[in-house]
Order: sequence, then C-alpha cells, then structure tokens
Amino acid sequence: MKRSEEVMKQLLSGNEAMALGAHHAGVRVATAYPGTPSTEILQTIAPMEGVYAEWSVNEKVALEVAMGAAYGGVRALAIMKHVGLNVAADPFFALATTGTNAGIVVISCDDPGEHSSQGEQDNRHFAKFAKVPMLEPSDSQEAYDLMDWAFRMSEEFDTPVLFRSTTRISHCKGVVNVTRERPRELKKPGFLRCQSKYVMVPSNARVRRIAMEGRIAKLRTFVESFPLNEVVEGSEKLGVIASGIGYQYAREVFKDASFLKLVTTYPIPEKLVRAFAERVERVIVIEELDPWLEEEVRLLGIPVRGKEFIPIIGELSPEVVEAGAIKAGILPAPAKSFVLDPPSFPIPPRRPQLCAGCPHVGPEFVLRRMGFDARVKPTPGPRPLTEREMVVASDIGCYTLGVYEPLGALDTCACMGASIGQAIGMEKAGIPNKSVAVLGDSTFMHSGITPLVDAVYKQSGITVIILDNGTTAMTGHQGHPATGISVTGTKVGRVDLEELCRGIGVKDVRVVSAFDLRAIEEAVKAGTARNEPSVIIVRGPCALHARVKKTPMMVDTALCAQCHDCLEVGCPAIALSGDEVRIDPEVCIGCGVCAQVCPQGAISEAKR
Amino acid sequence: MKEVNVLMVGVGGQGVILASDGLAEIGMKAGYDVKKTDSLGMAQRGGSVVSHVRWGERVFSPMTKKGEVDYLVSFEELEAARWAAFLRPGGVALVADVVIVPVSALGGKIPYPSWEEIGGYLAKVTDKVYRIPTRRIGEEVGNTRALNMVMMGALSTFLDAPRNLWEEEVRRRVPPKFLDSSLAAFVKGAEAMEG
Repeated sequence: MKRSEEVMKQLLSGNEAMALGAHHAGVRVATAYPGTPSTEILQTIAPMEGVYAEWSVNEKVALEVAMGAAYGGVRALAIMKHVGLNVAADPFFALATTGTNAGIVVISCDDPGEHSSQGEQDNRHFAKFAKVPMLEPSDSQEAYDLMDWAFRMSEEFDTPVLFRSTTRISHCKGVVNVTRERPRELKKPGFLRCQSKYVMVPSNARVRRIAMEGRIAKLRTFVESFPLNEVVEGSEKLGVIASGIGYQYAREVFKDASFLKLVTTYPIPEKLVRAFAERVERVIVIEELDPWLEEEVRLLGIPVRGKEFIPIIGELSPEVVEAGAIKAGILPAPAKSFVLDPPSFPIPPRRPQLCAGCPHVGPEFVLRRMGFDARVKPTPGPRPLTEREMVVASDIGCYTLGVYEPLGALDTCACMGASIGQAIGMEKAGIPNKSVAVLGDSTFMHSGITPLVDAVYKQSGITVIILDNGTTAMTGHQGHPATGISVTGTKVGRVDLEELCRGIGVKDVRVVSAFDLRAIEEAVKAGTARNEPSVIIVRGPCALHARVKKTPMMVDTALCAQCHDCLEVGCPAIALSGDEVRIDPEVCIGCGVCAQVCPQGAISEAKR
Repeated sequence: MKEVNVLMVGVGGQGVILASDGLAEIGMKAGYDVKKTDSLGMAQRGGSVVSHVRWGERVFSPMTKKGEVDYLVSFEELEAARWAAFLRPGGVALVADVVIVPVSALGGKIPYPSWEEIGGYLAKVTDKVYRIPTRRIGEEVGNTRALNMVMMGALSTFLDAPRNLWEEEVRRRVPPKFLDSSLAAFVKGAEAMEG
C-alpha cells in the first residue's frame, strides 16, 4: 500500500512519536501508570492494531508485566514518569541483570521544572546505575526514529534500553517523516526456558553480573558509529556538546558554533567526543538538570564547562542558555534592547485549584475544620500542634491542591501511597495528636494497599480516608483497578474498594457522600475514636469527568450576614464583589457544599 | 521564508491547546518547519495555559524568547498582561474581551486590573493592540465556546497561509454539531480585523 505524502509527514508530539515509533517497531505489549509528562504515550499506542496495552496498577507492576512479555518473546514497552522509575527501580535493576528474550524498552519522562511533579530528578543516572544503554531524542523525529533502534539494541545486547524524554520533548510537537510501517510478520510468542539466565539465585546472578560488564564494553564500541549522533561543522572557536532539548536551545543561541549532538547518552561515544574536542578551541556542554554529559566528558580528560554557567535546577530555555553564556563570557553582551518593565498594577497569580463541584472540597473542608485549630494563624514555618489538632497525612493527586489556602488542609505529600505509612509512623512515634491519612482511589490502588495491610498487622488506630472520585483525575481521567475501565475505555475486571479493605482485615469500613459534610465529619470522629484501623471511603464523581450540572446555588443577600465562611471553601464559583458574596451560575454545578457551610442558611438552589 | 513566533495564552478549558495545535498544523501544511510546546502542568484545574508556536525555515527551539514574539494571542485579558514581556516591540497583541477572575483575586485582596490598565501596559510594547469582541461574536453565532475560533480568525489575517488551510483545520477539529457556528465565528474573527 502506497501512503500519501500527508500520512508520511505528520505533526506529532514527542509522546505520539514514541508511540508510533514503538508500534512500527512491532511492540506487542505496552504498560504504564499515568504520570505527567508521559501519559499520552500509552493512550496513543493503545488503540493501535496488534498491541496489548494496559494501565497497570503501578509502575513496578507495569515493568514486571512488560518484562514477562519480553521474556515471552514479544517486544514490550514500559512507560512512566521520572518518579515512576523510582517505584519500578527494583524490577528495572533485576531486568538489567537477567537481560531479555525479545526487545524491551523503558521510557522515563523527566519533568525538569516540576510542572506537575513532587520532585525534580535526572533519571539519566539510572542508566549508569543499572548498567543499561540509554537513548535520548532531541525532537519528535528522533523520538520516532530512535524507538526502532532501542528495540534492536535491546535484542542485540540482551538488555533493557532506557529511553529518556523530558517535558519539552514529550509535550513538544514537531514535523515527523514517518518512514516505517509495522512489520507484517512478528516473531511468535514463546518463552525460552533458561534457569541460568532468569532465575537470579546468587550463583546465577554472579555469572550475569559478568555479562553486564561485557555488555557495556560492547556498547561502548557500538555507539561510536551510531548514525543518529551528529556533528554539525561550524566555527572552531566553540564546540557545543548537547543532547535532548538542550541541543535545540543551544542551536538557537550559539549561531556559529560547532555541535556534537548525542542521542546515545550512556555510554557516550568516547572516540567521537575526543575527535570533536580536538577540532575546537573550547568545549561546553548544554544540558538540562545534572551535569551528566559534562562529567562523562570530563572523565575523558577533556577540559569542559557547563553547569558553572547553566543552571542545574529547573527547565532551560533559550533565554536561560543565552544569559548563562553571556555571563560566562562565551557570548558577547547584546546591544541594549527593549525590556518591558513590570506593570504598575499587580498581576494576581493563577494557581491550579480544585474545580467547582470537586468532590475533594467537602472532605478537605471538614479536615481543615477538624484538624487545624482556627485560633492559630497558618504559618509557613514549623509550629507545634495544639491539643485539639489532628495530623492530616496526605498524598499525590488533585486533592494535594487542598494545601493552598483557603483550604490549607494538608500536612504532608511525599510519594505515592506514603500517607498511610506516615500516619502509622506518627502514631507509633507516640505523638499526642490523632493522625489520619488522605489519598485518592487511584493512589490507594497504586501504593496504598500494602501500608493498609501494615496498619492491620500492627493494630494501628489510624483512619484512612480514600477520596474516591472514580478516576485518575490529575493526569486526565484514566481508569484504574477500582473503576474497571481499561485504557481504551472498555469494561474490564473491577476491584471493589470496600471489599478489598474488609478483606485486608479492616473492620470499620464506611462509605459516605463527598457532598455531605456532616456525614464526613461524623465518620472521621467515629474512625479516629477507635483503637484499630478504619477506612472511610468518601465517594463522589470528579466534576470534570462526570460533567454533572445541577441547579446552581445562589446567595440570598437579605439573609447573608457577610461572615464570608463560604469563601473558606475556595470554590472558583464563589467571589466577593465589594462586600457582597456572589455565586457565578455559569461556573457553579450545584454540589451544595457552600450551602452546608453557611451558618445563616443564606445559600440555596437558585430559582429557575 | 519569514519566521513567525506566536504565543497563545489563556486559562485551562478555553481551548488554547486546540487552537495552537491547529496553528502548528496549518504552518506545516503551508510549507514551514514547525514546532510548538505547551506549558499546561495542572492547567485543567484553572491555571494559566501557554502555547508557543513557531513557523520557520528550520525551527530548533519550540520555545519562543522574551521580546521576540510576533503575535501575542490572549484568550483572556489578565493573561495578556502576564505574558506581555514576550511580545517584541511593534508586534501584534490580539486580546479577547474575556475576564476570568483567578481565585487569588476572588477574595478582593488583589484587584483584577481594568482593561485600561492592561491595554495601556501592552501599548508600552506596541501600538498594535487589538481587543477582539469575542463575547459579541459568540452571541451572534450562537456559540459562546467558539472563542478560540474567533481568535484564530483574527490571527489568520496576519499570517501567510492560504485561507482554505485554516478552514480545513476547523473542519478537522470541531465536532459536526458545532461546525457551522465555529466556521461563522472564525469568519467574524477575521472580519473584526479587516473591518
């Protein structure tokens, strides 16, 4: 079949390009847990022909499923965000030891600048750490092209390949020449029994350990002639070594320099780097986050500059690279150009917020009232709790936005599922206050089950509040085991949250409506009064997902005492206009939480 | 081939990404190399949305630079002020007459600036500041959610890409139910600039 020009030339995001590249490489099993900026890769590949795709319960399971598939003789892909690889680190290292049967690629999408993450980390370290090769695309075209190479390298060198992207690669769109098609004939699935390779008892693991070192040695030679590493001839005065998005910024900023673009960033092609460095007067490295390439180049004994003028924290941009280069004397200071001063008026920030009708608002409002002493003003620094206060250990999801005032209802957010362990720890430390753990349904499935087992096992008296909005909301409404919805939207198996918690051994499992403040409060009181673990499932659909629109609320100005308690809900539909509180009927979906908060009974459904 | 740098800004849910995706696609079909990138992070939850779209002979960085944006297309008034420093002197600012008050300004502590303040601020960079009557057009075409189409229509009058590519993009991206009103909104957006 001859394809039209239009089909061959496509505008694709890095994530879409990786998915298409993997499809054309014959991937048959793709697994992931949603996480920005990686989420769209699985969503793109899932509907493609001949691919089994799943939202796994977490990244560890995702990699283990992919690993099994690759052992079983089909090409497999596991996709995760940077912190996801922390969760999957255990199987990642194990897989690095055993090697594989068919090709297996692990995509890690890092998030420099923490657009939507709890931390910033440079996952390139994982490649050296686990002794596996790494590829890094610098645009969508390379994201597509490199995927085929990744699978071939995986098979040729009997190793997983770490495919590392960042936010500006994953979420940037560019023109891609689609040059391949999915192979018509794929290898038949089949496991090749080999205990010395797959059963990592110490005697076998010691032998594999030697193979790992041999593999890296072979890869060092292989990458010397890797065709997608590229030298761009320019001025001999300055040589720039770069990879990923840093390469694109460098091309923009250093117009006349010579460039060495590396896509094989572990191991690096040593001879190529040396030859490049010899041709130029001085070498600099432009890269986001850690001085990864810079240190690898320096280890070769080549004098190189990089992080001394390029920030190690946050995202780069052409401006940041340019400013650093000017400061370091690598670029001349520009002629004075026009710079716009800040305006004379303040620009109010637009932080992300919980939506109007969000089912997290009610429970977080209750926790603020129950857990935080209203007499104590919120402070950014540490302060001891008063007797009546409660520790609200929280987790990762939309509900973490409840940390912002006016809700300000949370005490912790560390990593997926940590809230439950933290609450147990507070109790076992013997702090005088009660502690509760708050986490979403998807987060609970991801990493909350095992610590809940621990709570039952240790007879902890903590209360676990599962905010069940029926979806993985923050990343754009993906299914998870408790929804029974697959990545393509079909019905699959469903895990029942209540039954699960009871099955673990929690005797007190209650279900309350997310929009019934009194019921939530009573459940928390009852739960925290017990000396054994309790679970409260606070249920209500995500407002963005379900798009429920009931009769909007309105304020009866004759009854309103202007106490402004309703503003404490932090609902985007409620605004102060002068002294008067008004509810925007366009934005309000009629959840009724504000009406329950109003001490005057001044808020009710608007009359039609 | 003249380089074109566009910054599209607005608030989550306004259709900024749909419009900037379309703009990138049009550039590619008009023969440019194209890159675009969005900063959306948690934008769906009411945060700022920023899309950089670049057309050129060969585009390296997807991100535009401060002071080098040719067209600042803002779907909301406050966001135009927030991103004004990206506009190059003499560039074009297209601002929808839409106000979405952020939660930080709902409690009355930080005031939401007036259009006079915002327009005056933009005028420090360029004399080509256009406030697009998107609300009126939305009512006229019977689709108040076609804001992004109005803005695309207005922008189309400045760029070197055939009109049919723009319309094709609208057809490709808009569900049939809203197609007529979207096309009408696009035309009226263009007319607002030409008239």
